[in-house]
Amino acid sequence: MDSQAIAIPQNHGEVEHAHSPHLHHHFATTDQQREASNFGMWLFLLTEIMFFGGMFAAYLIYRNWYYPAFVAGSHFMIIWAGTLNTTVLICSSFTMAMGVYSAELRNRKALLRWLSITLLLGFGFLGIKAFEWHTEWVEHHVPGLNFSIDDFTHVDQRYPQDKPLPVDMAEKTQAYFSLYFLLTGVHALHMVIGVSILIFLIITAWGGAYTTGHMTLIENFGLYWHFVDIVWIFLFPLLYLISRHQ
Amino acid sequence: MSEPTHHTHTVVPPKIYGIIFGTLLCFTALTVFASYLELGVFNAVVAIAIAVIKAVLVILFFMHVRYSSKLTKLTVAAGFFTLIVLLTMTLTDYISRGWGLW
Repeated sequence: MDSQAIAIPQNHGEVEHAHSPHLHHHFATTDQQREASNFGMWLFLLTEIMFFGGMFAAYLIYRNWYYPAFVAGSHFMIIWAGTLNTTVLICSSFTMAMGVYSAELRNRKALLRWLSITLLLGFGFLGIKAFEWHTEWVEHHVPGLNFSIDDFTHVDQRYPQDKPLPVDMAEKTQAYFSLYFLLTGVHALHMVIGVSILIFLIITAWGGAYTTGHMTLIENFGLYWHFVDIVWIFLFPLLYLISRHQ
Repeated sequence: MSEPTHHTHTVVPPKIYGIIFGTLLCFTALTVFASYLELGVFNAVVAIAIAVIKAVLVILFFMHVRYSSKLTKLTVAAGFFTLIVLLTMTLTDYISRGWGLW
């Protein structure tokens, strides 16, 4: 086989697709390249779903076992903060979607604007979350570090119809708070990683990196950001809402 | 070489994003409102149902799955299907066995 044989595929290739500077040589078209990249990102997100799925399963099982403790524990969640954080994340998903759209239109200014708003909302979420964690620390609700069962062996004035828990069940509120800190902590870690990548994206987008037709990174980061939003969409009702009346 | 799979890329208009955004905010308000009602076991059912609807909206529109290729749709569906299978089997095991005293 001589070197001529390697050059021949040029002749029957589709000319319109052959010249994008962003097309890697092992893909036939930019659409195929984009498709492969999105597919890879989704496979990563599936592993993330399984990762969070295991923790959700642990939550459901312990909730079933120590039901009164989980009800009592969740009564100490700050509803307005959780609601506000849900709203902040939904807003940030919308601004991220608009960012991807701006990259699609190759509008550098709009991309920078939407990414910056998304970044601010991400910091806002983490700030509100930090405030909640601080409140839980002050109220002695952090298992292992700063925990007291006093709030659960006495009737809380916010829930006067509640009966105080016996001491052994009151101890089990630590299972609730451990899972609460695990789930919200791992979620917040994903937010911190997301915010860090977002800062990198804003810096590179400033130089026009994603507005010349190659925006896979922005698109895949958008998928990640929306995924983190979805995790919170489930954490919010499970941790804050579903036990308000029991 | 075989023909590359061909899927034409769709640009989702901002109007769609706006509608989904508004719907998600409405559902958030609804789920908080519903948690203040006395619904018995249905408090949990309503909250989870609303969360599922919100997640599906995010996946289909913000994450573009509705406009994606069959490969992507199948991948996403397979992932959630597997998750539901694993959760169901795990919970079935824990709920149906006598695990003794806590």
